[in-house]
Amino acid sequence: MSKRVIEIDPVTRVEGHGKVTIHLNEQNQVDEARLHIVEFRGFERFIRGRLLWEVPVIVQRLCGICPVSHHLAAAKAMDIIVGADRLTPTAEKMRRLMHYGQVMQSHVLHFFHLCSPDLLFGFDADPSQRNIFGVINAFPDLARQAVMMRKFGQEVIRVTAGKKIHGTGAIPGGINKSLSLTERDALLKDIDQMLSWSQGALKIARDYSLDNLELVQHFATFPSSHMSLVREDGALDLYHGNLRAIDAAGNPIFDQLDYQGYHQQLVEEVRAWSYMKFPFIKSRGHLDGWYRVGPLSRMNTAGFIDTPEAGNAHRELKALTQGQPNPMTLANHWARMIEVMHCVEKIRDLLHDDDLQGKDLVVKGERREEGVGVIEAPRGTLIHHYKVDANDQVRFCNLIVSTTHNNEGMNRAVAAVAKQYISGEPRVTEGMLNHVEVAIRAYDPCLSCATHALGQMPLEIELVDASGQLIDRREQNRR
Amino acid sequence: MNTPIRFQIDGVEVLAEPGQSIMQAADAAGIYIPRLCDVEGLEPQGSCRVCTVKVNGRTAAACTQPAAADIEVENDTLELTNYRRDLVRMLFHEGNHLCPICEASGRCELQAMGYRLGISQPTKYPYLQPARPVDASHPDIVLDTNRCIRCGRCIRASRDIDGKSVFGYVGRGIDKKVGVNGDNLLATDASIDDCAIALETCPVGCIIQKGMGFYKPIGERSFDHQPIGSNIEGNRSGAAHREETWRQGEE
Ligand code: FES
Ligand code: NI
Repeated sequence: MSKRVIEIDPVTRVEGHGKVTIHLNEQNQVDEARLHIVEFRGFERFIRGRLLWEVPVIVQRLCGICPVSHHLAAAKAMDIIVGADRLTPTAEKMRRLMHYGQVMQSHVLHFFHLCSPDLLFGFDADPSQRNIFGVINAFPDLARQAVMMRKFGQEVIRVTAGKKIHGTGAIPGGINKSLSLTERDALLKDIDQMLSWSQGALKIARDYSLDNLELVQHFATFPSSHMSLVREDGALDLYHGNLRAIDAAGNPIFDQLDYQGYHQQLVEEVRAWSYMKFPFIKSRGHLDGWYRVGPLSRMNTAGFIDTPEAGNAHRELKALTQGQPNPMTLANHWARMIEVMHCVEKIRDLLHDDDLQGKDLVVKGERREEGVGVIEAPRGTLIHHYKVDANDQVRFCNLIVSTTHNNEGMNRAVAAVAKQYISGEPRVTEGMLNHVEVAIRAYDPCLSCATHALGQMPLEIELVDASGQLIDRREQNRR
Repeated sequence: MNTPIRFQIDGVEVLAEPGQSIMQAADAAGIYIPRLCDVEGLEPQGSCRVCTVKVNGRTAAACTQPAAADIEVENDTLELTNYRRDLVRMLFHEGNHLCPICEASGRCELQAMGYRLGISQPTKYPYLQPARPVDASHPDIVLDTNRCIRCGRCIRASRDIDGKSVFGYVGRGIDKKVGVNGDNLLATDASIDDCAIALETCPVGCIIQKGMGFYKPIGERSFDHQPIGSNIEGNRSGAAHREETWRQGEE
């Protein structure tokens, strides 16, 4: 059988670009399907020589989509370096507030703007309807709620970070502002509305999963390990904790691992066909060591959720798989809305906590040369690792972003869907190719971030037949 | 007692003491003339030319030009604003002024001048993108000359007030930059308490005090709520008129 490898010139792809190639054999069976993300590691070099307190502000420029996650992960690494092992309650809670605002608004954007067209109209519905404008026309109230929820999340970010995007709130050892009573009251005014809209969103995602259980159970479903931070008591904690990894059966691979030593457990592998690295768990070897991260993985690793509404929803999701790790790609949507609920409950609790009006903002301790900051970003575990010299200049930087952790998982999802929906079909339709995108979208990949370049997140699909002939190609700019 | 000198700025009568520059007299009258290299407390140097005004039709630097009886000074005109915009733009292009990641953002006079002059877009000039090493050798001070605008304020402060001459110009023409009196800052007698190191001395983010970065939240920085020059204009009436003329021809 003749096969051809499509070469991609990375020079034209430095903007952050996702590409899927699907190879068909003579029987029109899918031979191989891969997601390629061209990784541009310029950032780790650029940051060298910069000053440690600049890093949390600079790293946000990595990604226009998830700047707050990078801001906080870098600040947490710098906390270690300036010897701030325990932040003041005001600093920690302000940062948590910022993070919950960010996760909430990111998940809402993803669910309503990017995914709801697929879920509401069907994966192969008419593309002229299957887009955000179709949603606005058919479900105007829902669209309006999404906009208002996102606005609320951005407002939380603004009052904690100073700006809606690219703020400066988190600084090494703490935070540069507390929450004024005016700022607090403005958010409190809307919190009940946010709670009830979050319940509504959660119900949509839950009902979708249960009403379409057959699809959800079989669409890009495959066993895998899962990893996330968890709190010391095993609860979901998006801001801080220790690393826990479980295998497909739910057995621990490692647990309560202090992330300062993440590199004892995680190794990054380079593969010839991709510029993006493939991290794996060392003890499981490079073939079996891959894992997934993100909302569904967090539901799988967490023992429980400590806020009432999200806690109940978590139990219901877990019951679907009798407490076993949930392997269904599409269940990510339900998981994501559980997290929105959790974030809004957490925001409510924090707004009632007067530590947020505290005056003690920064602590310092004994300087260290090296620090790791880890956070559960909307898309999953985000690792920032720095070494800083005695002059306060960065000498080393390594980042493992959520999308990189999910590299293997997304590739499996693409292959599974391609085999399921494209194999053997004499004619490949737009709807079939959209199935592939639906699978990728469920992981909410931040290609911009994974490629360490600011900008768009275009996705391109190429279909190649047995003779190496390109038979179809579609491209779309997601944002 | 000396008789005051009377002259006009944009048709407004202004009084000056003998020996005062046009800038000093304007400041006292609550009229703002844009400036970067000049700052209160240091001898004027007349190098940035952002304070360019027209005196009886000829251009002059207001910070060094003495006030004289009956002269007619033009300051707030579109022609002069355009000259100033070009000068400020060139400064932006000669250095690495990445405001979003610079800790001087919000208190930076170059940035504030850009805003006040209505410069909001990249312009026709090429970016020179210097790649000078950052000098972080000193325990309390960092020098990032990629952000230097060669205003010389640190040079004058160190020489005339601190009596140290830690800083000086090196190189010529386009290569002229600020250097230190030694292999690096650590090898000089610079101290965090020097006037040359004070936050008000360096108008940009070239001289940095270690560990101070981003401690001031957005919203509490010098120029977050009022444009540069407001302290001089004070409560002078006609603020609305001022806004209008400054924004003329804004791109
Ligand atoms: S302020 Fe007069 S030349 Fe710079
Ligand atoms: Ni990102």
